[in-house]
Amino acid sequence: MATKTLEQVEGHFEMFQILNEEGEIVNKDALPDLSDEELQELMRRMVYTRIWDQRAISLNRQGRLGFYAPVAGQEASMLGSQFALEKEDWILPGYRDVPQIVWHGLPLYQAFLYSRGHFHGGQFPEEVNALMPQIIIGAQIVQTAGVALGLKRKGKNSVAITYTGDGGASQGDFYEGMNFAGAYNAPAIFVVQNNQFAISVPVEEQSAAKTIAQKAVAAGINGVQVDGMDVLAVYAATKEARENAVNGDGPTLLETMCYRYGPHTMAGDDPTRYRTSELDDEWEKRDPLVRFRKYLESKDLWSEEKENEVVDQAKDDIKAAIKKTDDTPKQKVSDLIEIMFEKLPVNLQQQLEEYREKESK
Amino acid sequence: MAQMTMIQAITDAMRTELKNDENVLVFGEDVGQNGGVFRATDGLQEEFGEERVFDTPLAESGISGLAIGLGLTGFRPVMEIQFFGFVFETMDGVAGQMARMRYRSGGHYHSPITVRSPFGGGVKTPELHADNLEGLMAQAPGLKVVIPSTPYDAKGLLLASIRDNDPVIFLEHMKLYRSFREEVPEEEYTIEIGKADIKREGKDLTIVTYGAMVHTSLKAAEELAEEGIEAEVIDLRTVSPLDMDTVVESVKKTNRAIVVQEAQKQAGVGASVVADINDNAILHLEAPVLRVTAPDTVYPFAAAEDVWLPDHKDVVERAKTVINF
Repeated sequence: MATKTLEQVEGHFEMFQILNEEGEIVNKDALPDLSDEELQELMRRMVYTRIWDQRAISLNRQGRLGFYAPVAGQEASMLGSQFALEKEDWILPGYRDVPQIVWHGLPLYQAFLYSRGHFHGGQFPEEVNALMPQIIIGAQIVQTAGVALGLKRKGKNSVAITYTGDGGASQGDFYEGMNFAGAYNAPAIFVVQNNQFAISVPVEEQSAAKTIAQKAVAAGINGVQVDGMDVLAVYAATKEARENAVNGDGPTLLETMCYRYGPHTMAGDDPTRYRTSELDDEWEKRDPLVRFRKYLESKDLWSEEKENEVVDQAKDDIKAAIKKTDDTPKQKVSDLIEIMFEKLPVNLQQQLEEYREKESK
Repeated sequence: MAQMTMIQAITDAMRTELKNDENVLVFGEDVGQNGGVFRATDGLQEEFGEERVFDTPLAESGISGLAIGLGLTGFRPVMEIQFFGFVFETMDGVAGQMARMRYRSGGHYHSPITVRSPFGGGVKTPELHADNLEGLMAQAPGLKVVIPSTPYDAKGLLLASIRDNDPVIFLEHMKLYRSFREEVPEEEYTIEIGKADIKREGKDLTIVTYGAMVHTSLKAAEELAEEGIEAEVIDLRTVSPLDMDTVVESVKKTNRAIVVQEAQKQAGVGASVVADINDNAILHLEAPVLRVTAPDTVYPFAAAEDVWLPDHKDVVERAKTVINF
């Protein structure tokens, strides 16, 4: 009997898609109501982010960036979901989810400072409703339940959205976060970007569950598996999840099926140790930029000229941002002591004096 | 003024701040209708409603995450960990997340959270209820760790903790909850976090302690007095940051000191106090600074608590060793 229950549940989690690999609409009813300008903006952001990713990898190799987790292959998942948000919505990102917070308003040079490990990278502008990228896998998920409940209790019509990977779906915090949000009917969206590997462990080895989306059932919240290489599907699913959340219809778990083309991070990971080039090729055929470009070209909304403009713009912006990053004053120990507490306790007051003395020499 | 037990003083502090500040929220396992397993939140949900005082699902990491998120959206969370041994379930939430929020954001965000939790030996709880984990907390940069020993101190320190814009771990010794009453003002007052209190004045020896061991040390001081030894008993009240000014000033007067803690000996608060005394007053010492502690085993099974926990006889003996050095 138990097995039959599971089969019934799993049958409900077929992947939601709007645009197929050829850039053709396969689900006309679900097509989101986006203007031509908005469609172009989505494409612009994906192209821009791909260029930024390439430049970031190269800057990392030159020793000029620091910690970096590549994003190519996940642009539709990251940017389609962020595009469905309002400015007042809160983003609680995982360590790879820097593009979402940059498109939510974080200046690029601060993202670079975060990569380098400079505290100014975390001093977000007042109007940017987002947390710093989380390093502990899943910690941001329980915090999302709290932010969402806070937004609800303050009477805001906004949501908290969080991101993790398929690996994050194994953490206790993943279950606790969904369960708390469900129990309080808090306006939260949990995005699991299933890029198929938790560093090196394939998703099939991480759980007996056929989908991650079905894990929502246990928490009593909505769950959807989405084609994470299809920016329109990700956008539409997030938009609906957002509406449900603010209308009091409960939180949603979105599983976006995608692939990380690059290594886990630039700190020595070698993907050839755990995945084949055939698998890489198979996923690259589903590339989010390729299919959306085809779709827009069929509507006369995109051209090589437009693409080149975005590429040039991205390169210029990155150059300027790196310049600003380089020009940011170096950190002193006294700076770090000062950001520990609102009012420094006596031990840190003494240490602050000692370091100021040392730094003045 | 009213006569209150420590737990009544704690409830009174929460009631006071729930009234003062609409952003104060009190939550945890069974804190709502049930009023908490020790009745620390008794009557608060009835008085302030389910939006201000509420139950959580049974998951400590979730509770910390909830507190951090509520803190980010303008609330002032007072969360309860039902027994402090359960903090292991949320070491990341406490020491990895709320402790670092201000630092990671370069001061942009903060975690104005009070983590209240019962702890401490002598009441024969099951495993992982009574453990003295204040040393672990004190070693996490970004946390303040407060341990009151009297009803009066508990109210003033809890009000200060709730009003603090950084996270405070507020540890409530279970044995002290209802062990005695004292006069506690009904009006509000705060006691500064990080300030020790001299609970007994004396000229011959300084006993530095905190929590339930304050009372053990006071009892020992009475016995010592019968033999003509006047011990000064300092209640740290906050174990991070330490009020070493008060301790050092006393040691300069008495020239002798012992540190008494209920926790195991290794690492810990007592070791830190001894090192700080040596740093600041070694030339005033007539004898080494010794410690009275529990042994370095896992916190004992309930039936062995009586032989495991330090008692006033241990304090008297150690004090005499230092006096006769």
